[in-house]
Amino acid sequence: MDRIRELASKKAAVIFTKSSCCMCYSTKQLFYELGASPAVHELDKEARGREMELALRGLGCNPSVPAVFIGGVFVGSTTDVISLHVDGSLKQMLIDAKAIWF
Amino acid sequence: MADVSPRTDTSTDADTEDKNLRNALSQGMIASDGSDKSRDQKTLRRLAQNREAARKSRLRKKAYVQQLESSRMKLTQLEQELQRARQQGIFISSSGDQAQSMGGNGALAFDVEYARWLEEHNRRVNELRGAVNSHAGDGELRIIVDGILAHYDDIFRIKGDAAKADVFHILSGMWKTPAERCFLWLGGFRSSELLKLLINQLEPLTEQQLMSINNLQQSSQQAEDALSQGMEALQQSLAETLAASLGPSTSTGNVANYMGQMAMAMGKLGTLEGFIRQADNLRQQTLQRMHSILTTRQSARALLAINDYFSRLRALSSLWLARPRE
Repeated sequence: MDRIRELASKKAAVIFTKSSCCMCYSTKQLFYELGASPAVHELDKEARGREMELALRGLGCNPSVPAVFIGGVFVGSTTDVISLHVDGSLKQMLIDAKAIWF
Repeated sequence: MADVSPRTDTSTDADTEDKNLRNALSQGMIASDGSDKSRDQKTLRRLAQNREAARKSRLRKKAYVQQLESSRMKLTQLEQELQRARQQGIFISSSGDQAQSMGGNGALAFDVEYARWLEEHNRRVNELRGAVNSHAGDGELRIIVDGILAHYDDIFRIKGDAAKADVFHILSGMWKTPAERCFLWLGGFRSSELLKLLINQLEPLTEQQLMSINNLQQSSQQAEDALSQGMEALQQSLAETLAASLGPSTSTGNVANYMGQMAMAMGKLGTLEGFIRQADNLRQQTLQRMHSILTTRQSARALLAINDYFSRLRALSSLWLARPRE
């Protein structure tokens, strides 16, 4: 969990993924499309990946990846990200966290 | 004296009683002099009536038992047919089980559910059309519009269950008409396209509304693109996995490799359902958001326009299917 928090606070937009996960790929693409450059951490490449995955589940992230943090705050997985994007909140959150400017 | 009425195992007491009495009479054991004559006649008549009643009762009972036995045979037959049909994947709902949608009983089950949903949807839209044309008040319109939106939630839920049972059937779009299938995206319609066609139908819109609808259309488009790219990545990944399992299949190492790659490919196929779920989630969210941007009257017009559009597509499909061929 500490590792998660540590990594999540390092950049305005942070996404935890797994290298084989295509839904993670979709989520990353959406962020790139919005002009954000999220920090991407692949849990299967992390030394404590298993622990981190459990910590994410503990946060309520289902499925555990992709797990999105904006401004250090846990946002959710793909469903949450898409819902927030549809009502315009996602963009605002990114602007507030200075991940994008418009 | 031969008794011609059909006998069952349980003959009544009236039978025996009356036989004894007749025997007694014929043996002269009962005096039939004047003073007892009318009483005897009454008794005789009563006994005759009893006899008749008993006979009728026996007949009724026999008929009832015969009916029960033939029903039982029919029931066994029906149960066997049901079992056979279930095994073939044909959907049959259990008695008193109307809330359940599919239970993993196959593509046909979903097609039936969808047809039922569509019929109800059209009924609701016609109700809305009637209300709009008769200049109903906002209150009434809102009730009907909210009902239609809630009803959309039903089909998304049903699709979700169906995708768990048979993702390829949903992806195939075979449950939609041909022309609709032409525009199929991840098992359904493209919200961004729908919004494009609505913008023209919904005038007059305020500046704020126009901006919001345009933003919604753009967001929807972006989400659709992201999901499409994810699907492409999935296809790519699947192809690579299957290609990696190619090669000479003689050594045990290669067989293990084959099994491993197949297992991986299976895992990837499993993620398809997630993509359909996200696509449907996007559709649902877009409809809700659209409704929140518009006034009740505008939402009503939007729903009517959407219905008109899809009706045209379905009509086009019918024309196409009925076209004369060489």
